[in-house]
Amino acid sequence: MDIKGYLLILVGTVLVNNIVLAKILGMCPFFGVSKKLETAVGMGAATTFVLTLGSGTSYLIDHYLLGTHLAYLRTISFIVVIAGIVNFTEMFVRWASPVLFRVLGIYLPLITSNCAVLGIPLLNVQGQHDFIQSLLFGFGGSVGFSLALVLFAGLRERLEGADMPVIFRGTSIAMITAGIMSLAFMGFAGMVKP
Amino acid sequence: MIAAILVMALLGVLLGSILGYSAVRFHVEDDPIVEQIDAILPQTQCGQCGFPGCRPYAEAIASGAADINRCPPGGEAGIHKLAELLGVEFKPFGDDAAPAKPKSVARIDENTCIGCTLCLQACPVDAILGAAKQMHTVIDAECTGCELCIAPCPVDCITMVPVAETVSNWRWKYPVTPLVQVHH
Repeated sequence: MDIKGYLLILVGTVLVNNIVLAKILGMCPFFGVSKKLETAVGMGAATTFVLTLGSGTSYLIDHYLLGTHLAYLRTISFIVVIAGIVNFTEMFVRWASPVLFRVLGIYLPLITSNCAVLGIPLLNVQGQHDFIQSLLFGFGGSVGFSLALVLFAGLRERLEGADMPVIFRGTSIAMITAGIMSLAFMGFAGMVKP
Repeated sequence: MIAAILVMALLGVLLGSILGYSAVRFHVEDDPIVEQIDAILPQTQCGQCGFPGCRPYAEAIASGAADINRCPPGGEAGIHKLAELLGVEFKPFGDDAAPAKPKSVARIDENTCIGCTLCLQACPVDAILGAAKQMHTVIDAECTGCELCIAPCPVDCITMVPVAETVSNWRWKYPVTPLVQVHH
């Protein structure tokens, strides 16, 4: 696969098939951590780190350890590996950079419960990606997640001060906003001609 | 079946040993003295000590970079506790620290307030009530007098009002006797 193909994967995962807005994965942190812009940026950075590492490792496990006849162990072994990576990352970041730990610290354990982190390795297997493609798919997917999260957090901060009917306030307007954002991102599908 | 058990066991052992090893290799010793100092500080995050918050100040005290007498919201009682914890002499507020002001609370001039919520966000103890385009007001009992809300106010409607001494808040003043060197 050439450079063009890799670029297509990146653009495809960040914009066209955005993991949150098009594939509707990772809704929990999307609504949970999007009340403030700073926390959204922190969560996005932590997820990007773990997801890129996780999709690479999951590829290796699936390819070299499980093979075809143990494919039914895929989901459970991915869960175990991702939980392990999150724990390892937490310990390593704490040791290597206390400043980074203070920024990302509370979000790292939250990532374990982010279904996008399991979804992307499984989509990698489904798409029969090779190692580099898996890494790119994981990185692009998590950048897409961060992009959606940061945009959504910005919108929600604005909505907080807006004058709107009581009935719409809080989660209801957040849901409607997410739906409209999702529609807007669907527009990117027209960018790539098959 | 056997292969599946073996693979999962292998994964478990592998991850377990990596995590176990890194727990030892990347072990971070938390400085317990910092935690204890931080617990004494009032957590107003007001920055009057010259550090960006209570925890950085606690770290500076622990490393010896800062004196214990730089926290006006903690008052003299706070300095006494710190002196006791660290086994050093009590020091009155230093010349370089903010001078001890009479205990005062913020008061919002409600005729001028435009309801911009900027002071709400600045308040470290959530002592200001209000919402966007609604008049704000200060809860006297919660206000620590840190003055952080004064700078962000775009219409300068916040003033510091000293708390008058009443029967309910009067306390016996700690006697301060200047120490004199005695020659034998």
